[in-house]
Amino acid sequence: MSLLLILTILLPLAASLLIMVGADPRRTAFGAAVANLGAAIVLFFGYDQIAGGWQFLSEWKILPKLGINMTLGADGLTLTMILLATLVTVSALWVAPKVEKHEGLYYVSLLFISAGVIGAFASIDVLFLYSFHELALIPTFLMIGIWGSGDRQAAAWKATIYLGLGSFILLIGLIALYLSIPAGHRTLDLRELNQMAATGAFHPSAWIYLILLVGFGSLVSLFPFHSWAPPAYACAPAPAAMLHAGVLKKFGLYGLIRIALPIFPEAMHELNGLLLLLVVGNILYIGYVTVSQKRLDWTVGYSSVMHMGYIFMGLAALNIIGVSGAAILMFAHGLSVAAAFALCGEIRSRTGTLDYAELGGLAKATPVLGLLFGFVAMASVGLPGFANFAGEVLVFFGSVAYGPAMIIPVVVGVWGVVISAIYMLRAYRNIFWGPIAQRWEGLVDIGSGAKWSVILLLVPLMIAGFYPQIILKMVGTALPR
Amino acid sequence: MHLSTIAWITLTVPLVAAALILLVTRTSKPFAATLAILSALITAVGGWTLFFSGAEGVYQGFNWVDFGQLFSIPFALALDPLSRTMLVVVTTIAPIVFIYSLGYMKEEEGYWRYFAGLALFLFSMLGIVLADNLVMMFIFWELVGVSSYILIGHYFRKESAADAAKQAFLVNRIGDFGFMLGILLFWVSTGTFTFGGINESAEVFVKNPTLLGVACVLIFCGTVGKSAQFPLHVWLPNSMEGPTPVSSLLHAATMVAAGVYLLARIFPILSSSPGACEVVAVTGAITALGAGILATQQDDIKGILAYSTISQLGYMVAGAGLAVSAALPMFHLFTHAFFKCLLFLTAGSVILGMHHEQNIWQMGGLKNKMPITFLTYCCGMLALSGCYFFSGHYSKDLIMACSWEHHRVVFWLLVIAAGLTPFYMTRQALVVFFGKPRSEHAKKAHESPSVMTIPLVLLAIPAVFAGYPFVEHFFFHEVGTLAEPHVPHWVELVFGAAFFIGIGAAALIYRNVGDKDPIRIPLLENRFYIDDFYFWIVRVIQGGIARIFSFIDRWFIDGILVRGSATVVWTVGFALRFLQVGNLQAYAFFFGAGVVGVIYLLLTVK
Repeated sequence: MSLLLILTILLPLAASLLIMVGADPRRTAFGAAVANLGAAIVLFFGYDQIAGGWQFLSEWKILPKLGINMTLGADGLTLTMILLATLVTVSALWVAPKVEKHEGLYYVSLLFISAGVIGAFASIDVLFLYSFHELALIPTFLMIGIWGSGDRQAAAWKATIYLGLGSFILLIGLIALYLSIPAGHRTLDLRELNQMAATGAFHPSAWIYLILLVGFGSLVSLFPFHSWAPPAYACAPAPAAMLHAGVLKKFGLYGLIRIALPIFPEAMHELNGLLLLLVVGNILYIGYVTVSQKRLDWTVGYSSVMHMGYIFMGLAALNIIGVSGAAILMFAHGLSVAAAFALCGEIRSRTGTLDYAELGGLAKATPVLGLLFGFVAMASVGLPGFANFAGEVLVFFGSVAYGPAMIIPVVVGVWGVVISAIYMLRAYRNIFWGPIAQRWEGLVDIGSGAKWSVILLLVPLMIAGFYPQIILKMVGTALPR
Repeated sequence: MHLSTIAWITLTVPLVAAALILLVTRTSKPFAATLAILSALITAVGGWTLFFSGAEGVYQGFNWVDFGQLFSIPFALALDPLSRTMLVVVTTIAPIVFIYSLGYMKEEEGYWRYFAGLALFLFSMLGIVLADNLVMMFIFWELVGVSSYILIGHYFRKESAADAAKQAFLVNRIGDFGFMLGILLFWVSTGTFTFGGINESAEVFVKNPTLLGVACVLIFCGTVGKSAQFPLHVWLPNSMEGPTPVSSLLHAATMVAAGVYLLARIFPILSSSPGACEVVAVTGAITALGAGILATQQDDIKGILAYSTISQLGYMVAGAGLAVSAALPMFHLFTHAFFKCLLFLTAGSVILGMHHEQNIWQMGGLKNKMPITFLTYCCGMLALSGCYFFSGHYSKDLIMACSWEHHRVVFWLLVIAAGLTPFYMTRQALVVFFGKPRSEHAKKAHESPSVMTIPLVLLAIPAVFAGYPFVEHFFFHEVGTLAEPHVPHWVELVFGAAFFIGIGAAALIYRNVGDKDPIRIPLLENRFYIDDFYFWIVRVIQGGIARIFSFIDRWFIDGILVRGSATVVWTVGFALRFLQVGNLQAYAFFFGAGVVGVIYLLLTVK
């Protein structure tokens, strides 16, 4: 089984190699992605929940003197995130349109993002956790810059600066964390770090937490480090936006759960006021910014920033209910935002515009597209039946359990549910409802590939929505009671 | 079969039907309708079986969320006198409306959408009825909201229908904002959100009655949204954009009454907070009167009924706020469900006969052309007006009599509203069914097919009898006591006077009326300008905030704060030169170099 875990990283890389030597890019990439999804499902259900902890371990000594090894392994949270990553990868490759230029590079980039993010999730060593993420970031910029639309150069430039800066700050934080460990005990192994923190063997300064928060935070578009996200997603080709917003962006949150929560419990508690202030910014402020958007891609882009606020809020609750809610939201938001970007791409490829003022009544010409968008809009709005609702409810319960400090964030968070309904329903109404303009009457409905790629995302979203325990039991294995 | 099995089947069958319609029978009209109707009939059998069996207790299902001892959200069905009676209301009316839809929607497109929406609604409504805790009720509460959204927006190509559906969803969400906060507040104060738990938690709040009041009022916000109470009533009249059977089932008989059912569910704890009861009672009374006033100046046949629904819901809410008995609002909910459902279905029959003309000033003289519709309409109209020997009389007068004992302001508001009800209903009856036809459509109007008239007759029976003491005893003796309060003789005379004055005044004004309403009051025609006021708030305040934030985001956060600081940091290094090249390979190189740099750094650090 541990070989299977390594395979989930190697398969996309091997497929990339094949594409470089001349294999058919689309088929090779898709084959690897489907095989990977299969592997992820086997791993997900093969994980022993009763035993818990890290399983499927494999280790290569790299720099044993420095306590740095390439250690791969998985617990329930890892496997949930890998499942998300492989689902979104299959969907993104399925929905990818015919590529005109550099087809090989296009699919290699997507595969690298996938391999990188899976590697990051499966790494127990912090250095590799970080490096795999970098590996996934580079092709993201390439995809925006080469195959993007609109002002793609500026968007790629901006995302590179912000994310580069974020990664840089994160790196400083990680190095500082490493150096704060007494010499001789230094390690980057998450298991040992957690162990040392739990036994009180080392006390890193709260400053390091702050640096990590800013670093991880900018990668997740934490307010006010968010403004790279909407233009990047608006310009990126749909598969890149799906993979980044759906999966890669979750890396920052994953890092906070893995590193900040266990190692900095006191610092998180002391500095919670700051985090909550930013959460309120993410939900209320970004929420209203989202409401004022006039195009679907920008609306979805800003909404994905806003919804990060709920996940941060769940983390800030610092209890199992809130953090579990955050984890299930990571999974749910990943699927729903990927589906939203897939449909954005489908609409744009038909109409050439995502401007509300120009669209309207599309459900008549493209009923299945309209139906699917309805499902995605409702998921995004947090309707019960979708995992998004389960996550939000748990975040709220976890937050009120934290104490009176959370009153304002909870009130803002619950109000945010109203805000997301405002912009999502407006988008649905303006694009699909109302009378149809003559120029759109001849539009072709969604093709079967795109249709099934969205259904592939919606089905697990609804399974987890009807019975969230499936995910909760898994992520619970990674969280202290 | 075990009773819990019956309960679970009753709940889930409509969901299965909705899923099958969506996945399998989208292309087949008859299959979609058959599945939906079949599921409704099964729920009717299940509902009545559970009622007669006297099923009692909580049927555990599974833990939807489970953190062991710490926290869990159970899915469990609560069967007690209250939910059994409500179950009968929902499962009796639903199949009748489903079958009526066969006739009404015959010519319409989007057949499968319609029936899938109805089945989804039935599932969600039964979930509300059977829910054993607040979170579970909230889940189904949201789901009836979305089915209502789908069904109001059935004619989604009409601008007005598209806007109405969106508005209904959003206004309900505003109410649910309070509802969710109320659930959280109850949980954090008492550690539970099951109805059994919170209803016995009064002693937790002994030291802090304000907290209890706040929690109850927050829950009540859900009612204000769902049951269209002032100030969130605006969505209900607009929801009439949906097909008429939808207005009948969702927006008159059952869904909008869910808010009242919620109050009845939490009645024990609600009644232990006088402050919250005051808020509830006064809100209900204001709504009853305000909506009654507005109903007098509506020209749309469904619009009149919509405002009257709001008004009657106001009576129920006020009844709950009087803190007498949970049975008091539920009794009016019970009678109202039948006669208002009937009234909407007769309106639908009229609309179909009139070729989708809804303005009453285009109608007239329909009583001879549509005799069954007319006679059944009269049953509903007299029941709503509170005529002696008709169901509405018993339940409405009971609420008014109790209000005399408990709250004089509420009493007078309700009495005036009770005078308005027969007024606007007589106006509607005279203009629609009597006099001369006012249009070509009215001249050519025809009776509806029997698939529609038989449901009318079936509903006319409870519209007359549902309020009789023996019926009341049969359905409510376990729900709570409904003792006739002692009121002075003149108060009873006031009830009678209100009825006769209302009918008399309307008869005087509208008996031989022409093509126009002789009374025109702009304030009322414009719905007290409340809708315009909200529109202004949304556009100016909410939109203004959004635009200001958007401006800040573009020019300050993005322009100066982040880009500025980014520039400062990057200038330090040589990276900026790379980036200004605008060459993506350079970025890639830079990141690669970064990773190498880390490794180097780690190697050299001792």
